[in-house]
Amino acid sequence: MTQASSLYTGRRLRNQAFKLLSIIAALIGIGWLVLILSTLLINGIAAIKPSLFFEITPPPGEMGGLANAIVGSLIMVVLAVIVGTPIGIMTGTYLAEYGRHTKLAYILRSLNDILLSAPSIVIGLFIYTALVMSTGHFSAYAGIVSLAVIVIPVVVRTTENMLLLVPNSLREAAAALGAPSAYVIRHVTWKSARAGIITGVLLAVARISGETAPLLFTSLNNSFWSLDLSEPMASLPVVIFQFAMSPYEAWHELAWGGALIITVAVLGVSILARLLGAERK
Amino acid sequence: MASTMNSTTATGIGGPSDKVAGGRRLHSANRLFRALSLGAAVLVLLTFVAMFGVLFEGAWPALHQFGFDFFFTEIWNPVKERFGILAPIGGTLITSFLAMLAAVPLGIGVAIFLTELCPRMLRRPIGIAIELLAGIPSIIYGIWGLFVFAPFFQANIQPWIIDVFADVPGLSMLFAGPPYGIGMFTASLILAIMILPLIASITRDVFETVPPMLKEAAYGLGCTTWEVIWNVVIPYTRTGIVGGAMLALGRALGETMAITFVIGNAHRLSTSLFAPGTTISAAIANEFSEAVGDLYISSLLAAGFFLFIITFVVLAAAQLMLRRLDKSTGGNRA
Repeated sequence: MTQASSLYTGRRLRNQAFKLLSIIAALIGIGWLVLILSTLLINGIAAIKPSLFFEITPPPGEMGGLANAIVGSLIMVVLAVIVGTPIGIMTGTYLAEYGRHTKLAYILRSLNDILLSAPSIVIGLFIYTALVMSTGHFSAYAGIVSLAVIVIPVVVRTTENMLLLVPNSLREAAAALGAPSAYVIRHVTWKSARAGIITGVLLAVARISGETAPLLFTSLNNSFWSLDLSEPMASLPVVIFQFAMSPYEAWHELAWGGALIITVAVLGVSILARLLGAERK
Repeated sequence: MASTMNSTTATGIGGPSDKVAGGRRLHSANRLFRALSLGAAVLVLLTFVAMFGVLFEGAWPALHQFGFDFFFTEIWNPVKERFGILAPIGGTLITSFLAMLAAVPLGIGVAIFLTELCPRMLRRPIGIAIELLAGIPSIIYGIWGLFVFAPFFQANIQPWIIDVFADVPGLSMLFAGPPYGIGMFTASLILAIMILPLIASITRDVFETVPPMLKEAAYGLGCTTWEVIWNVVIPYTRTGIVGGAMLALGRALGETMAITFVIGNAHRLSTSLFAPGTTISAAIANEFSEAVGDLYISSLLAAGFFLFIITFVVLAAAQLMLRRLDKSTGGNRA
């Protein structure tokens, strides 16, 4: 009897201890992240002023803003998405519709998943060697291509997943009416997977908005206004990196402001993607 | 499912439509679309191959010049053009290992909390918050580490740790030296915080694949929550947990910005975790745009190539394990 009850207490105690540990883990994990976000918010808001959006990056010791970096980031992100999305959607379509069980699709699927989490700095090195070295100078083009290389796997993965969710009966019904496969894909499967595919594109936007490493030696940085894509171009993440590592107080403040802008943008886009994804269900 | 799929898409639809008006146009549009789709797929494949080839070509001068010694020497001397990446490799492995050591148990703890203990009302908001945090750019973690954590750590915690372990043999070596704030230890910690949401959200997804029936059966036999998790949930999801951890490891090995800010960029291996060090990615990020001389650039490219290879292996293993889990749960559902 006593043995049984001590066994029972032991199990209960172990259970309590384990529950406590996992609650502590959750508190540490979530608390730490809350801590980071709140310091970001405090320091960032202090730096948010009109000049941040209307003046260009200052030389050391002077006041200024991040206007050129914000515009540069917008240009490169938008163009990278425009370049990467069609390739990603078509590849995802190949994987889900044409080559679902082929060897090529199998290899591609595995490589794509690896590319999805491959170190972005390696992608930067690749584009540097392929484009910057051969043309002899840094340019926004190179930055756009390296961001597009990051966009593609994200879009491929979500497009394929979303197309696989489309019931085969829909495809069969359309084919039975005499529609050619390309017509079926464009007007039936894409249409019913549209929200999901857009979610994927938004996730890709969120992913590249904060990417720093691939831009460091492709688009480099530019302290002046420049809309010329064949010239180096400023971007928020690279400016944050440069300013934060500098010894100047005014630059640090701008770095915090830029960090807040990026975080708000990334979180906003991810939440939008999530809402769209939820609508589908 | 497979056979119906093939019959609707692969062949034959274009044939009969030739007979109707405009059928030829539809037919060629059909072929064009298919070709475009295949072309995009091949392009993605070629990008990957090109990445491999281009990096190898760029790395070749350094690999050729230094041979295998490149991976085993600590010397990094741009002036004399002598390069070896032992220190960055060591730094990459040490920081990733320490980060995993902290983040895996914590991440699993968070996942258990979310699936088993959390009040139902909070489950979705906390889950979503963690997924969103997994998407925050690493530069944010880096800037926080540099401006907030490192100074605080340097002033309040580091001197204390150094004092406490000063007389403990072994540990005194690990925690020696002046309190810089930045260094290998700080970098590992920031890295751990960064991969924590990733591990937590993957592990939670994996835990949710456990059929409720299995868990209910165990609860029905009188198991405690701990026993259900230890004897049912974890064995059932073992490959998934390991796969998720490998995925996070792949991320940690290649992580750049979170580390570059706080590691101190010193090309030497030190026994003390408080000493500044470097990792492959941090060395590249710090030095690449300033590197002069073909051999210097080639050495950094070779370091990047090596990083690509090790993350490739780790990520491929992760995919294999996660896919196996997909298959096994698919089998159980059927």
